[in-house]
Amino acid sequence: MKHVIYRNLTSKILSFGFIFFLTFSISINAQEETAEAAGDPVNGKSLFNANCAACHRLNKPMTGPALANVEQRLYEEEGLDREWLNKWIRNSAGLISSGDAYANKVYNEWNQVAMNAFPQLSDQDISDILAYTAAPPPAPAVAETAVAEQAGGAQGGISNEIILGALAVLFGLLAMALIVVKRTLNRFAEAKGIPVVEEDEKRLPLWKAFVQNQFLVLVTSIFFLLGSAYFVYGYLMQVGVDQGYEPVQPIHYSHRIHAGENGIDCKYCHSSARVSKHSGIPSLNICMNCHKAIGQVAEATQQEGINEYGVDYNAEIQKLYKAVGWDESTQSYTGETSPVEWIRIHNLPDLAYFNHAQHVSVAGVECQTCHGPVEEMEIMYQHAPLTMGWCINCHRETNVNVQDNGYYAKIHEELSKKYGVEQLTAAQMGGLECGKCHY
Amino acid sequence: MKTFLKYILALLVVFSLSSCNNKTSRNYQYMPNMYEPVSYEAYQESDAFANGIEAQLPAEGTIPRGGFMPYEYEDTNEGYEAAKANLVSPMDSLQVDYERGKELYDVYCGICHGTKGAGQGTLVKREKILGVPSYADAGRAITTGSIYHVIYYGKNTMGSYANQLNEEERWQVVAYVEKLKAELEK
Repeated sequence: MKHVIYRNLTSKILSFGFIFFLTFSISINAQEETAEAAGDPVNGKSLFNANCAACHRLNKPMTGPALANVEQRLYEEEGLDREWLNKWIRNSAGLISSGDAYANKVYNEWNQVAMNAFPQLSDQDISDILAYTAAPPPAPAVAETAVAEQAGGAQGGISNEIILGALAVLFGLLAMALIVVKRTLNRFAEAKGIPVVEEDEKRLPLWKAFVQNQFLVLVTSIFFLLGSAYFVYGYLMQVGVDQGYEPVQPIHYSHRIHAGENGIDCKYCHSSARVSKHSGIPSLNICMNCHKAIGQVAEATQQEGINEYGVDYNAEIQKLYKAVGWDESTQSYTGETSPVEWIRIHNLPDLAYFNHAQHVSVAGVECQTCHGPVEEMEIMYQHAPLTMGWCINCHRETNVNVQDNGYYAKIHEELSKKYGVEQLTAAQMGGLECGKCHY
Repeated sequence: MKTFLKYILALLVVFSLSSCNNKTSRNYQYMPNMYEPVSYEAYQESDAFANGIEAQLPAEGTIPRGGFMPYEYEDTNEGYEAAKANLVSPMDSLQVDYERGKELYDVYCGICHGTKGAGQGTLVKREKILGVPSYADAGRAITTGSIYHVIYYGKNTMGSYANQLNEEERWQVVAYVEKLKAELEK
């Protein structure tokens, strides 16, 4: 039994050895490459991210060509040296107009997109960047943190349902135990010859006694009627209310990632909420503002999506590319588009008028006041009941912001005198008049 | 045996009731005549048009009402250079509203370009989008015209913002970007 402690020893030693070997070999590699290129790939990475990454990636074409091993490739395939690269990076337009053959070829191959000039980069900067493109410094921590997060996610994933289920099972067992105990006690009593309390046959059965007592029947039926009326009323009042409605959308779009983690403003995508009755569904070109550059989510995000939500975020981005007709390999639009059939969640009945611009731009109401904590929602759902009582309640409680708004100056002065208050609520401004919303 | 069957039946009833309470479908509506619109609603499916949707692009060649000015520079390198050299803001100093410009800038531009315009927005700091230049970048040397041109058409990785900002708003943002650029170059 003692040996159990060492059960995993061999595999542990093996894995430690493997990790040790990996780190060692990578560091040796990196050292060799640095020595060859005489540039600092770490500094090169930050320079690359700041200056080049807007248009170039290492292993994938973007606005410009992929740049992994660019110096070596240029030298071997075109016979171009560092001097040519320096000229190209500092002033590509000048090199093209000087009639350089390869410069013109590249320019035309890449749809004549002019590369920005970078006169501020020194020789050392350029060799740092080239060292980075030749051998990007390893990022060893990524895999381990992903695994750690995975484990953390699994630990924190015990849901309330499981706890409730366990409690139910526990109570069931308790009840069974009580029955068993009663039975054994009865059996003991029988064995010892003690008479178990017998049913008094002269007594009336309980229900007969109950029926004969008319007062009790009356009171009980009143309570019963009131109780059922309560539930019937509750049921009828929620007819037509879609609070909590959470349809499955054609593309799994996570507000949690976009609005929450990345802090993108609601109005970035729903820009028409500022100026129109509708808070529009963003057109796909707004998605492409960012997803032209972001074709894949970060490794940790991808793992989180699969483990916690069962969603392959990268596949969802591919759905977007398909709908908008974006070809990643050529970085251009194919022109074959198909509309995404988003399912509408918030929908007021036609008999009520609601205007987003009025609430967002004029009143300055936060989107979350009505739509709830959208920045925490992995899947969008309807937070508010959107009933008339809910609208009215907010109009009664919300003060109108009249500061620096000349439009309200006169009416505020008159109405605040009439009501004898400093701050007018939306209701006092006429926010309860039927015709404001129903016409 | 009978009681067992009864239990099963009760369970079935409870199960079917709870499965009616489905989050992915809408609730019942009582007399929905006045709920459902007679006219088309935004984004609705419709057989009135060939492509089956209600939302249509304006017919080609139509222009919006109000003070609409066509943008004459083309989305090419030459157009960019021409706009950079020649295009100036139609707004005078009284029409420039830096407060509104900042509000719009922070929503639409600041997420990548940073609230100071140094290219350090939230998405850049989180390494989602890389290579966003500072407005003071010497190689680009942006001007009033080139800022407007790039907002209008987009450039390289940056997309067009013409549908999120109208003409007047774009010029407000241009004015604010120039202010940021001046502050960065101090």
